Amino acid sequence: MTLLQLFLAFLKVGAFTFGGAYAAIPLIRETVLSYGWMIDDKLSQMIAVSETTPGPIMVNIATYVGVFKAGFLGALIATFAVILPAFVIILLLVTVLKKFRGNAYVEAALGAVKPCVIGIILAVGVYMTAENVLGLEVGLSSVSFDRSAALIAAAAAAMLTGYKAAFKKRLSPIAVIIVCAGLGMLVYGV
Amino acid sequence: MIALIENICIYKKAWITEDEMAELTVLAESTPGPIAINAATYVGHLRGGFWGALAATLGVVLPSLAVILAVSLFLDGLMEIKAVKSAFAGIRIAVGVIIISAAVNMFSKMKKTVLNIVIFAVSFAALLAINAFSLNLSTLVMMLIAGVVGLIAFALSRRKGGAQ
Repeated sequence: MTLLQLFLAFLKVGAFTFGGAYAAIPLIRETVLSYGWMIDDKLSQMIAVSETTPGPIMVNIATYVGVFKAGFLGALIATFAVILPAFVIILLLVTVLKKFRGNAYVEAALGAVKPCVIGIILAVGVYMTAENVLGLEVGLSSVSFDRSAALIAAAAAAMLTGYKAAFKKRLSPIAVIIVCAGLGMLVYGV
Repeated sequence: MIALIENICIYKKAWITEDEMAELTVLAESTPGPIAINAATYVGHLRGGFWGALAATLGVVLPSLAVILAVSLFLDGLMEIKAVKSAFAGIRIAVGVIIISAAVNMFSKMKKTVLNIVIFAVSFAALLAINAFSLNLSTLVMMLIAGVVGLIAFALSRRKGGAQ
């Protein structure tokens, strides 16, 4: 049953993620939380591991969630499911559906999905950060400010914006992850 | 990712031309799924038909599968160690900020039409509310609504253009 759920969940992620790995994170998060497969804490760990290991982040997360929920077979099934839509759609587009490419209506619809996806990604980032810094719980019932977490978040934000301002390109997330791992050990103890 | 594909497929192996690379970039970004998979399928099909596509896709997936399986074997054991736990407490905070920064980056590249900005703002506010109050609305539904709004706006602007 878990295998079928894994397959369907990651088929959905593979079929509806437009615009790269970050667009997949909200959908993956929504899915794993709704099945009760894991909490944000574990998911953040998986995202970080997927960022720092080679390979497409979306495939890495699928493999990770799969092995976490159902071992080796789960990893295979989740990975297969997440790549299947991309594989099939590209093959269809380069063979039988050539005329759909560049269709003005398709582009208008996709063009409007993009800002929606950006808003969704931003909301997930903001919510996850608020969870960490404010210890938010569902319904905003409890709020407890975590000063150490706020400091680490500020450091990460400063690194990303400072680097961008100085070098006009994005700092690799891996650098931020490594620094924040160090800060975590410093603040929360070893 | 795109830069690495460009380097290998155009310059090192001469599998595709620069024109094909441009088409590949557009295709990969306007179709769903991992960009690397889209690209591998496209290049594989171009050079070797269906089996080429299959081989290239498997090739790009295997390292991920192997590395993540290996990591998952020992990472949960390592989480018992306090230093590792603390490191991941820091990393968890970084992940949230990295996601925000990715979104800001995408926003700065987005075309700032009124329609786009409204869709962006409404989607952002809606998902925050959904999260905060654990409402039951899938992001898929939001994307679908945005797509339909885009279609309607396009059809209206076309009609207006046609009437003049």
